[in-house]
This record gives sequence, C-alpha cells and structure tokens, in this order.
Amino acid sequence: MKISDCRVAVVGAGPSGLALASELARSGVGKVVLLEREPIAGGIPRHCGHSPFGWREFRRVLAGPEYARRLVDRAQGAGVELRTGVTVTAVEAGAGLLLSSDAGVERLQAERVVLCTGNRETPRAPRLVSGSRALGIVTTGALQSMLYLKGCLPFTRPLIVGTELVSFSALLTCRHAGIKAVAMIDTRPRVTAWRLASLLPPLLGTPLLLRTSLREIHGNDRVASVEVERGDAARMTLDCDGVVFSGGFVSESSLVRSSHLELDHASGGPVIDQYGRCSDPHFFACGNQLHPVDTAGWCWAEGRDTAASLVASLDGGLTEATRSLPIGCSSPEIAYYTPQRIALPQPGREHRAPAAHQQLQLRFAQDSAGRLSLHDGERELSARNISARRERRVLLPLPPIDRLQQCQTLSLVFKPARAE
Amino acid sequence: MPEIFANEPLPRSVFDVVIIGAGVVGCAMARRFALQGANTLLLEKSADLLDGASKGNSAILHTGFDAPPPGSQEHGCLVDGYREYRDIHAKLNLPLLECGALVLAWSADEADRLELLRQNAHRNGVTSARIIDAGQLRLREPEVAATAVAALEIPGESILDPWSAPYAYLLQALRNGASLARNCALQGGRFDGAQWLLETSRGQLHARQVINCAGLYGDRVNQLLVGESDFEIRPRKGQFVVFDKSARPLLRSILLPVPTEITKGVVVCPTIFGNVLVGPTAEEQDSRSDARVDAAELRALVERGRQILPGLGRHGVTATYAGIRPASEHKDYQIKWYAEHYCCVGGIRSTGLSAALGIASRVYREYQERGNQHTALEDCAWPRVPGIAETGRRDWQVPGNDGIVCHCELVTRREIRAALDGPLAPASMAALKRRTRAGMGRCQGFYCSAELCELTEGRLSASLAVARK
Repeated sequence: MKISDCRVAVVGAGPSGLALASELARSGVGKVVLLEREPIAGGIPRHCGHSPFGWREFRRVLAGPEYARRLVDRAQGAGVELRTGVTVTAVEAGAGLLLSSDAGVERLQAERVVLCTGNRETPRAPRLVSGSRALGIVTTGALQSMLYLKGCLPFTRPLIVGTELVSFSALLTCRHAGIKAVAMIDTRPRVTAWRLASLLPPLLGTPLLLRTSLREIHGNDRVASVEVERGDAARMTLDCDGVVFSGGFVSESSLVRSSHLELDHASGGPVIDQYGRCSDPHFFACGNQLHPVDTAGWCWAEGRDTAASLVASLDGGLTEATRSLPIGCSSPEIAYYTPQRIALPQPGREHRAPAAHQQLQLRFAQDSAGRLSLHDGERELSARNISARRERRVLLPLPPIDRLQQCQTLSLVFKPARAE
Repeated sequence: MPEIFANEPLPRSVFDVVIIGAGVVGCAMARRFALQGANTLLLEKSADLLDGASKGNSAILHTGFDAPPPGSQEHGCLVDGYREYRDIHAKLNLPLLECGALVLAWSADEADRLELLRQNAHRNGVTSARIIDAGQLRLREPEVAATAVAALEIPGESILDPWSAPYAYLLQALRNGASLARNCALQGGRFDGAQWLLETSRGQLHARQVINCAGLYGDRVNQLLVGESDFEIRPRKGQFVVFDKSARPLLRSILLPVPTEITKGVVVCPTIFGNVLVGPTAEEQDSRSDARVDAAELRALVERGRQILPGLGRHGVTATYAGIRPASEHKDYQIKWYAEHYCCVGGIRSTGLSAALGIASRVYREYQERGNQHTALEDCAWPRVPGIAETGRRDWQVPGNDGIVCHCELVTRREIRAALDGPLAPASMAALKRRTRAGMGRCQGFYCSAELCELTEGRLSASLAVARK
C-alpha cells in the first residue's frame, strides 16, 4: 500500500474545505492536501445553477458553478494540493486516513485532519413514505446534479415536498429546465423559508399546498400519481411523474460515525470545541456537517476561521492537556447547538489561538420565541431574546475565555415567552 | 449456449428441460440440470432475474432448526441446500457470514417455549442449538434490550447475499451450456405424447420436460400446462426496514423472536452488506405483484427494532422495501410431479434462498428416478462473481477501478460498467442496484444519481432520465 504524509489533510472540497485549505496554505504551514471524492472540486454550489453566491468571498454576485470554480482557483493558487476522485474510507486515531481512488488504497498520515464533509437531504426511505418504489423519486441535490452536471431530467411534472429554501431552489431548477412542478406541499401551516418565498410558486404556475401531507406514491415503473391529504382530511390524487424530496438536511458524517471520534447525536455531526476541534485533538471539523444547513458563504467563513485555530494548534498554541467543559441543554425546543464543549487551558498555560467559534450556533425544533441564555449553575453568562423560526440559524455570543475559565458547569437554557 | 436475446429467435431444437421462472429456485434448477449435462433452457417473463418473490427477503441461510420435521420436503431441501451452499460458495466467490442466531425470549412463558424449540432443532439435526441464560446473552449481545430473559442459540445460522447467489447459480449454468430467455412469458403448451410444445411471448419451444419454478405464479402455470394445481398461491407481503451501516456494530447475531402459530415474527439481523435489517411483516393480500410499503407498518417495524435493540434509536433508516412470499394453503413445500414429464416446485414460501440448491438436487434426483439420464460434466466452469459484500475484498481496494461513483456503498465505475456490459446485464435500475449496490446506500442517490444517469444511458429498459436539456 502506498503511504504518504502531509501537514494537514482536509476532507471535502466544498466551500468550507476550500476556504480552510486556502487559508492554511497561505499561512505557510507546509503541505496541505485537500481530498475530494467527486471528479471535480467545488461541492454543492457546483450544481446550484442559480445566484446569489460569493458576496462575502468575492464581493460579487455569482451563480453556484462560477463561485465554486473561483474558490477552487483560489485554493490552487494558494498552493493547496488538490486531489479529486479520492474517497476517504476510514479515519484513524492520530490523524491517519485510508484512501481509495483509481490507484486502489493508500494511507495518508497527517499531523491534523479537518473534516469538511458537508450535508445532504433526507431522501424518501427515512421519511417512511407509503407506496411503490418507482423511478422519478429524487432529492433536490440529485435533481440539480442530474440537470446541471449531465443535462438530464428524471421527470417532467414533479411534486415538490417541502418549503425550505432548497425547496424553492428545486422549483427554480424546474423552471430553468423548462418544466413545471404540479404542486409544492408542506405539512406545516406556513412555508419554512422566508415568508415572501410563498409568492414564488403561484408566479410559476405551481400551487402551494400547506397543511398537506404526502400519503402515498403510485406507479409501477415510474411515478404515475401521488395521493396527498389536506389538513381537513380531504384526500386527493395529483397526477405527476416524479417526486422531489427537498430539504430535511442531515450531516454527512458517515466517516465520524464509523470512527473513534465522539458524535453529537443531536446535530448528527462530531462534537467540537470552540476551536472546531473534535474529541481527538488531531481532528477538526467545520461547515455544514456541524450544522445542517447553512449558506455557502457562512461555511466559507467558518472554514477561514477554523484555519486560524488550526494554525495555532500546529504551532503548539493549543495545549493538548486541556480541561473540557461540556455545554448541557435540557430545553426540548433546542434541536441542537455547536460547539458542544469549551476547551479550557491548564492554569498558567494560556491558549494562543483565536477561537473559530466565538458564538454558539443553534437550531430550534419548531418556531420559538423567548429568552435564550447560557448559565454557569444559577449565574447567567450570556443571554438574548429571540424569535426564531425552525431551521434558522440562531447565535448566542460566548463569554470571553477568562470568564469561562471560572465556570463549573455550562448549560444552555431556553424559556419560551408566555403566550399572549 | 448463452443468453438468447430479444432480437434473436428461440431455438427450434428440443430442449431436455425447460424451466419456468428465473427466481432463486429457477436459477439453482438451471445450474443443477446444466451441470448434470441436460440441455437446459430457463424462461423468465420479466426483463430481469429475481423480479418476483426472490427480490425481497431477509437474506438468511437457514439451518432448518425450526423447519417442519425430517421427512418433510422443506426439511430435506433446507439441509441439502445449506450444505451445498457452504460447499460451493467460495468457488463462486459468494459471501457467507456464520454469525449465528439467537431466538430471544422476553417472558417466562416464552422462555419455557425455548425448550420445545431446542428439542425441535435437535430433532432436525441442528444439535449445536442450546439455551443460554440472560447473563450469557448479555455477554454475547450487550446491546439487546435488558428485558430479554433467555435465548436459544443456533450457531450455524448465517447471512449471505440474496442476489449474487442466484446470479452466480445462473451464471454457472450458462457457462456450462444452459440457455436463458428473458422477456419470455409462457402463454400455453401441450404435451403431444413425446414432447412439450410451449407457446411463449417470443414464439414456440420444444422440450421433453418442463419444471415449473414460477414462484408467485406457480399455480397459474400448473393450470396453464396440466390443467390442475394442488395448491393455490396466497401472496404474503413482508415489509422491511434497513438501518444505516453505522448501526452494524450493535449486534453480532441474527435476532429472532419466539415464533407463534401464525408467523415467524420480526427479525433483527445484520446484512452481508453491513447494514441492520428489521422485518418482515406478514400481510395476506390478493395481489401477486403489489410490493408497496406502508408508512404505518414501517413505523411499527422501526419501533419494534428499537424495542429489541434500543441503540437503533440513534441510527437512521437507509432503505425500506417489501417482498411477496409465494405461500400456499399448505405448510410444506409443494414439489410434485404432475406427470412423468412435468414437475412443479410450488409454495416455497420463505426459505427458498436457503433451500434452492437442495430443491434443485431433489428435483434432479426425482428426474433421474423417472429414467432420464445425462452425462454429468466432468470439468465444469466455476465463474467467480464480483465481490460486493462487506465481508470480502471490494473493487475500491483494487487499482484500476476508475474511481468510486456511489460513495455510500463504495461502488466503483469499473464495477458498474462491468455489470452493464454483462453477462446477464441488468435491464432496470433496480437490477443494477441488486448487482452492484449503486444507489442502495444512505443517501439514496443524492450524490450519485447524475453519474448513474450518464453511465446507464441507453443501457436500461427504463432509464433514469426521461428528458434531456
């Protein structure tokens, strides 16, 4: 088996991995290898044919593929060794990676590994939907990659399930392909994405059916129709030749799940500290694997910030023998949060690293309003009043490290506002 | 003779034997007759093999510990089938994982019934079966719910690849002289005193013997060819839920419930591909082809799985499917010679995968007893099928694989191309999945659909893409 080594191995060349690798290479830490399993780097934006991407990174409004290309160019320009068509099949304690490619298997030994494996949508099977297993049932990601990368379409009259931002992206993808969705449905009473988005389906001639659930998919070889149920219990059949299951993003953390790294079951990603470090300090993580789902720009910025923590870690600025303070949470409204623990230096051994995460990032399980706070026992460290929609990013500033250092227990608390 | 493709005429010659149905039993039958030197043709009405009952099962190689008693057809075929699979699997590169099974008792009453099961196992020749107490169970399967009180351990129960096995049987049959005609539905036939004249959707065929392995349509083929059937197919649907590979470390063995009079119950077991399977349901239905899944049943299976193995609660569902068992009103198999020149293998309700090789040997023996003789091949071919199980070496580990296309199941471009190029090239996406596992993983095509769409273009009867832009 071929064996090679590098200073830092970055797994996944989407926005966060590309930003992180570029920043590392620019910092002159040595050999940075960026591993991408697809034949072309760039990640999900590569098959998002629509705008807007890139304002934060390039001060320009770009379409996904152009944005992805520019990120790749920037990384290569900075000296990142980009390897595409390479799949990481396992990670080992102490920053070892097992790789598979056309060349067979090989081993890559790094000093640090960063996992930037992103996220994906929830397909049909885990949603436990009744019906047949016909052709024409896809996720938005599959639809977009089929259309934008290969110019083919799995259907011409689909039903779109979901009203997240990506669901509207699916709608626009259909429009781009010159086809019309027969309906867009959601079980909830309002769209999950921005309220204004609800104007879009009617403009495109697609009925938006809220309080409506998908009961069954019909069809032998291909989808022939679907049965949906309105909130008032009226069932109806919609003729269509496909179904797009959109959104329901989950962490693509298969590598973590089969590794020694601690997994946060709430977010589905690895447990990290404020530096983006995993339970094995040789491993870092950033991007949508930690918080499905955020924008490309947000992931890019997180990649850049994590690079700074990582550079310090390579320089010995993060002492390994740290005290770790887990952040607890018993409020059922909070779906997940990240980071899940705070790393504290040993007395007298200051950390000389900027924290990649200076705020806690949360998602709520449902639309919620109330007071969000971080506590040390009874003492409130940080708080804000929030009114948060499901799936939206919520931030809560972390207190400075010298304040955290005196804490015994950290807990995240949400008190819902009393109903008016 | 190899596969007779749709654009080729059916041969005019007289076959020694025509086998109806390319399910697991038909494939094993074709193999047995071909290896014995009979001029064999296998007919399949669908575009792909394993398109009926054989496409959805629990993928277990049963010892027969809970089968009907010795003397029954099922017991004999299971014992022979189990032994022959173990003898030949390595030569065909088929996987086998002898993970053992545990029949779990959840109450004192169920624990009492384990003793009867143990006695039956010993009666059936499975003498390694033994009862273990809760403490021993805990050591063996620490993740099983703590409320289990005892278990019957059957070390020989194993798991295999339910699709590669029949594929390998048929491939070996073809390499050793058998023929296959797909898209070839039997429409009628008569025996003229010397040979059969069979009418099919692709034309006429001549044969000395017909063996009905039509599974879910076995009774209908009987009616069509001999005007009677001793059994009636009573389709019984079984739904399954497949959990993510991350759940695989939760268990070592196949976990079985104490069976009731009506059903063997819901099994939780590892798969040869590294997943965890929960199922089946047992639902009587009229349709022989309706394999729809039902949300309420799937939710109940997920719930049942989590009761048995609480850790499953932390793992996602990768896939759901349903299979239809060709059950009949009888408990035992219905293997019967309706005439000297016509045998029906019917009512193979749920152990067909384990028993197929044994069924084939039995039928060949009975065929010989009816005065038919061939010269068995002395030096037969042993084609090796591609290794797609997690228990062996995979193509992604071998140089020149042209990169991975399906990242969840680690399926390479070379593997997909090889399957599409044949032999026995899949005609549908479903068959390609069974052959390579591409698209079978947790993302269900989120990452690989575009690539699969391109690789399969013009190669499948129903393509992934319906339009191009």
